[in-house]
Amino acid sequence: MSEQTTVPSAQPVTPVLPPESTHDSTSPNLLARLLNSGIGRNLGLVIALGLLFAIGAITAGEDFANIENVLTIVRYASIIGVLSVGMTFVIISGGIDLSVGSVMGLGSIIATLAVVQNIADQSTWLVIVVVAIAAGVLVGIINGIVISYGNVVAFMATLAMLVAARGVAEILSNRTSQVVRSQDFIEFFRSNILGVPVLIWIFVVVAVLGWVLLNRTTFGRRTVAIGGNREAARLAGLKVKRHTVYIYALAGLTSGIAAVMILGRTTVGISTHGTLYELDAIAAVVVGGTLLIGGRGTIVGTVFGVLIFATLTNVFIQNGLNTSVQAVAKGVIIVLAVLLQQRFAARKRR
Amino acid sequence: MIKDDQSVPLLEVRGATKSFGAIRALKGVDLSILPGEVHVILGQNGAGKSTLIKLLAGVYTPDEGEILWRGEPVTIQSPVAALDLGIATMYQELDVVDGLSIAENIYLGHEISAAGFTRTAQVNRLTRDLLVRLGHGDLSPTREVGSLSPANKQIVSMARALSRDTRLIIMDEPSAVLDSEEVKNLFRVVHELTAAGIAVVYISHRLEEIREIGDRISVIKDGRTTAVGLPVADTPTTELIRLMTGRDVENVFPPAPPLAQDAPELLRVENLAVRGIFQGVDFTVRAGEVVGLAGLVGSGRSEILEAVYGALKPSSGSVTVDGVKLKSGSVRDAVNHQMGLSPEERKSQGLLLEEPIYQNVTLSSFARFARATFLNEGAERTAAREQIEALELRPADPDRAAGTLSGGNQQKILLARWLVHGTKVLLLDEPTRGVDVGARSEIYGLIRRLSAAGTAIVIVSSEIEEVLGLADRVLVIAEGRVLATVNADELTEHAVLDMVMEGSAA
Repeated sequence: MSEQTTVPSAQPVTPVLPPESTHDSTSPNLLARLLNSGIGRNLGLVIALGLLFAIGAITAGEDFANIENVLTIVRYASIIGVLSVGMTFVIISGGIDLSVGSVMGLGSIIATLAVVQNIADQSTWLVIVVVAIAAGVLVGIINGIVISYGNVVAFMATLAMLVAARGVAEILSNRTSQVVRSQDFIEFFRSNILGVPVLIWIFVVVAVLGWVLLNRTTFGRRTVAIGGNREAARLAGLKVKRHTVYIYALAGLTSGIAAVMILGRTTVGISTHGTLYELDAIAAVVVGGTLLIGGRGTIVGTVFGVLIFATLTNVFIQNGLNTSVQAVAKGVIIVLAVLLQQRFAARKRR
Repeated sequence: MIKDDQSVPLLEVRGATKSFGAIRALKGVDLSILPGEVHVILGQNGAGKSTLIKLLAGVYTPDEGEILWRGEPVTIQSPVAALDLGIATMYQELDVVDGLSIAENIYLGHEISAAGFTRTAQVNRLTRDLLVRLGHGDLSPTREVGSLSPANKQIVSMARALSRDTRLIIMDEPSAVLDSEEVKNLFRVVHELTAAGIAVVYISHRLEEIREIGDRISVIKDGRTTAVGLPVADTPTTELIRLMTGRDVENVFPPAPPLAQDAPELLRVENLAVRGIFQGVDFTVRAGEVVGLAGLVGSGRSEILEAVYGALKPSSGSVTVDGVKLKSGSVRDAVNHQMGLSPEERKSQGLLLEEPIYQNVTLSSFARFARATFLNEGAERTAAREQIEALELRPADPDRAAGTLSGGNQQKILLARWLVHGTKVLLLDEPTRGVDVGARSEIYGLIRRLSAAGTAIVIVSSEIEEVLGLADRVLVIAEGRVLATVNADELTEHAVLDMVMEGSAA
């Protein structure tokens, strides 16, 4: 400690904004920065997706490699994709949400109840959208409160919700399917914008907003901090419990959006909508490089994870292989991805 | 009693190197351990001590150089191979299994069994013998290890080493988690081991301790041994520090400037208590004043800090910062009123190890760096860079992951966090634990500068010398009570220990 160093002020210092980001660490090593950026870190995923496309193009030829089919793949991926964005936040925070699939089913039922549809008929089809999303958020908040203030392990709390939400959906719908009456609603979700289906646009918007939320806001930083070291986050003065509720509310929000999307795609609300979607979402998140123990993960990785599974399914369908073979391939991919993750983590630790 | 030729070194390392990718952790290490000696390995954090230990324990194999065991060249391929040779390692993070009993832990991996069934009675008897040999006959072999104190877990770890035919025990900073009384017991056990012909490699930062326990010293700096086998008795401390740091460091506490007569009171703690842990704690700290809490591990000193900060909910009492009474048990409120805590366990309670320095520095000050919840990372980096410069934090790269830094630099990150936030009251729990000598005096200097700038500081440390050297006033604590509040210059380490012992006995 030499004497010429400045005395750090103990008084609150006014924030010093950088004059310009000229002396920022942008210059040092362009290649290293590129490799550290989204694409570089997800290089393995890019390669995997590329391989799948190559396999698809070789085995199914023209049937696979056309714009129409690519849009089919992404459209297929979009609903799981939206769920996976919410799931990414939950898993980064060190939690898990097993209820997203059944909350989606519940949302589709509540939004198509006769009373809701009547109001929608008299006003606008947006009522259906708002109700589905509100239902999702509400259930998410309940999950969050039980986990955060009730100190129930996330796995158990959301497992209970998985069972219970499905049950509520069955009671409300009397186990029947509820047809969406609003033609405008159906029209909208069947339409294309700039040649791209609305469902895909919703996925894109959710993914982009999710990326911004995770990487550019205090919400995202808090989520990473809580997942990385809960106690340190608490002692640094973060409202850990409240933030945890927000995170599950966010997962509920994406479940609500997914409910609207599946209503748009199928035009019926039914209590079995979204069955086992939670597992697909978790698989996509983990394959995308998010650590199950929390503290680390990316939206870009999750999007790749979702696309990989969707492409895989498509390749299998195009080749006339049954779903059982598909399931086996999925399982193998999940294990391989986790193995690679561990390799990576072990190398980093040194 | 183990018979070994005293002239042949038990273990020799010649020119060992080890690289991880581009990082050369060891650039050439020599070592020579004699049977039955306590060989101290000294080095700053990051000097390569841990890597060296792992070479000997069979976790890593050296890239170059050779290892000789009782004069014969050997390759230690795996931890099991090391154990088979007779090398046992006690890691800093003790590798005991909390859910198993003491006996089960000791015989883990070499269970005594007949036809696949464990012979519980025999194992328990052997365990009792081992525990008696280590001076801990009071511990029941069937007790669950999770319920033991860190000191007793260490005993279990040592008993495990003895349960095999061990010739060399490597102890990685065994005293780090112990208080002075427990350290004394540790030394007694070490002496017994060496008397039985077992060699001990002892890693430590604490220079005073080395004098008491060591026979010979080897010093590592930047992956190289700068001295091999110096006799402890003939080597002055200043020489050791020079070998370790490459420069002359005065390991003294900077003098405290006189406290201004009209310095305002920034912290007032009244009748604070947490049921079952401590009670009736009163003290005040003025701007520029340093108050120390001295006591043994388990005396309640850390809990007092946590309760003042709101991390532990007090059952009664109040905390007032600069005239404002804080909401009881709310960390958020404490932080909002510019109180900061540097917690006891830096890694598990303080830092986001995977995240870059700058994100750790700004963690408590999002409001300053965010507009409408959007964070300005440029501003965050700039603020971090200013602190890096002011605190001489190394490496001076705001994007480095906090977990890759040495203990001293990690401590500086925590100080930087509160400097960026702006603190009136700073609570420091073990600010120099796991911090090497060179960085230690820097931390002392920083604490002085902070208090000179008007921060009220409360400090807790296991090292009484440190509390006395830094604090203006000291609260002596035992068994959850404040025994006395004394001006630091009227106290000696001895006097504090006497008070604490009497207080604990009473």
